[in-house]
Amino acid sequence: MEKRVTFRGWLLPLALIAPQVIISAVFFFYPAGQAVWQSLFIPDPFGLSSQYVGLGNFEFLLSDKFYRASFVTTAIFSTLVTLCSMIPALFLAVIADRLIKGSGVYRTLLIWPYAVAPAVAGVLWLFMFNTRVGVVSWYLGQLGYDWNHVLNGTEAMGLVVVASAWGRISYNFLFFFAALQSVPRSVIEAAAIDGARFWRRFFTIVLPLLSPTAFFLLVVNVVYAFFETFGVIHTITGGGPQQSTTILVYKVFSDGFVGQDLGSSSAQSVILLIVVGLLTVIQFKYVEKRVHY
Amino acid sequence: MKKNFLGALAVTTALSPVAAMAQTEVQFWHAFTGRLGELVKAQVEEFNASQDEFVVVESHKGNYSETLNAGIAAFRASEQPHILMVFEVGTATMMSAEGAIKPVHEVMAESGASFDPDAYIGAVKGYYTTTDGDMLSLPFNSSTPVLWVNRDAFEAAGVDPDTDLSTWEKVGDVLEQLKAGGEDCPLVTAWQSWIHLENLSAYHDVPFASQDNGFAGLDTELMLNGPAQVAHLTAMGDWAKDGKFIYTGRRNEGGANFRAGECALFTESSAGYAGISSEAEFDFDVRPLPYWEAVISEPQNTIIGGASLWVMEGHEAEEYKGVGEFLSFLSSSDVQANWHQNTGYLPITADAGEVTRAAGFYEQNPGTDIAVIQMTTKEPTANSKGLRLGSFDQIRGIIDEELEAVWSGEKTAQEAMDSAKERGDTLLRRFESANQ
Repeated sequence: MEKRVTFRGWLLPLALIAPQVIISAVFFFYPAGQAVWQSLFIPDPFGLSSQYVGLGNFEFLLSDKFYRASFVTTAIFSTLVTLCSMIPALFLAVIADRLIKGSGVYRTLLIWPYAVAPAVAGVLWLFMFNTRVGVVSWYLGQLGYDWNHVLNGTEAMGLVVVASAWGRISYNFLFFFAALQSVPRSVIEAAAIDGARFWRRFFTIVLPLLSPTAFFLLVVNVVYAFFETFGVIHTITGGGPQQSTTILVYKVFSDGFVGQDLGSSSAQSVILLIVVGLLTVIQFKYVEKRVHY
Repeated sequence: MKKNFLGALAVTTALSPVAAMAQTEVQFWHAFTGRLGELVKAQVEEFNASQDEFVVVESHKGNYSETLNAGIAAFRASEQPHILMVFEVGTATMMSAEGAIKPVHEVMAESGASFDPDAYIGAVKGYYTTTDGDMLSLPFNSSTPVLWVNRDAFEAAGVDPDTDLSTWEKVGDVLEQLKAGGEDCPLVTAWQSWIHLENLSAYHDVPFASQDNGFAGLDTELMLNGPAQVAHLTAMGDWAKDGKFIYTGRRNEGGANFRAGECALFTESSAGYAGISSEAEFDFDVRPLPYWEAVISEPQNTIIGGASLWVMEGHEAEEYKGVGEFLSFLSSSDVQANWHQNTGYLPITADAGEVTRAAGFYEQNPGTDIAVIQMTTKEPTANSKGLRLGSFDQIRGIIDEELEAVWSGEKTAQEAMDSAKERGDTLLRRFESANQ
């Protein structure tokens, strides 16, 4: 018989969950509700008057080919950021896990980049690749490659992806490393005795056992790429050249806080909310089936 | 002694607003940091020390966009300052905000402070007055684009630094010579839309937008895809392709290249003076912005960039009196002359220009009066009074994007400007419907 502790009465349990409920309500439900409500209007910036347009803001957005192009940009950007932050992290975690001596030092050093705020990381990378004073662009110039992310959209995309993924590698490394530590040694040793080499052991035993962690990181990293990379884009490219790095969340900011178009900005954040919600549902429905807990 | 006491009082009131019960407090939000921030602070301290009825409290609220946002957010929360600094592209947004702003001419009339609208330079105040001539906001920092020349780079490339650079035709030839002489960066620019489209249009007396560049109504459409603009951008695009014009970014990134001595020519605001004169380790020169001889025989005036001070609605009459006194103080000749000489911004009154000339400043610092001359020799026309377009910050973003397509050779100038017009007009229609 399972032993269960239950509360007597309602007061204490309600009081205990109240902080979480209040925080969610104040910082999530209320603003999200406001965004949905405002997306139905075209207000003037000062809130002096506003005009009800129904779904007009959504129509305006979806008929704009640059907004639709921004979906493709976002898809490319998020995929690249997720891959570039997870694969190197896994690789580094595997290597660090094999170390017997000095792994503590590596672990500590590898976690540092996570402590750097995205906007600051953006500035650091911008300095390295600055077309005039950048160290990396200077070396590339020596090799005969003319780096110019100010005009070249592909290079600009590459730069914001690297700058966004860089700090994230640390975060992912931490999770992968912890997960690797919990893979039972006995299973690996048994496989080794059976003659399986390192990479075979890795793909047939370790990777499946890491799948819950990998899945969790996939969800978290996609959300990161969608929402939190704003600072990097803002400091490095400002969405340019042309619109090659204008991702959805950056457009929410620039239309709302630069353009003072709060109706369109609200509608965009509602669309973004729906997109990320759908993505998460898809991930849970299809990808999670392949995850072994 | 009394002066010191008041200065100290001003400082303590800035720290604790509660202490300012006796004096009427006026909040002033601005976007200046660094040297400019210090100069603003000095102006405010001087005003506070000059009388004991009002205390102006200045606070920095971030860059231009952030300051405007802070003002808007504060208004929505009924916490707005008395005076808000708004950059010139936010002018249409502020103008349309009836009920949020109190026009400066009204404030001055009610407060009884001395105010003579005719004292202000036409091309400066024109940007901020209604078509009837009523001043809506007080011009604060205004500059206009000029051509900066690195004389040493000219000599290194074997080109005479005193060569005539008055027209773009001549500049085109010089760029060719500079390139042939081994110059890697013949021409660089800052603020491309402001200089190479907005000012280009005014300078050649062609419209940038219909309805007198938006002054006559919200139902305005962009006209930046006209032949004069397209011809200029085509030439610039060709120069970019040949490595004669180097694109460095949407804002004033090119300034770093020029100040480091890497570029020969630089189109930038006259307010670049402070930075260039303190950093440049080469011989430099200021010239008027070039024009196309093929388009106009004698150029019109250029237009301004910068910011103005808006008075916000919703305060007590007594406080507006203080606002009036402060704005009147800022417009006084000595304050303006100082500001003009320290920053390279234009003086907002003709008097301040005279005071500066009389003090011999232009002789000691040759070229500093070029911007003033370029703005004032001709009476502004409907095409050169300024621009008043809604969502203009965003429209500039669109123009930046389209120009990048021209510089990289992906679009012709005509294609890019047609697209900029189409995209910009969509935003103008949206602004129109939001402000009906």
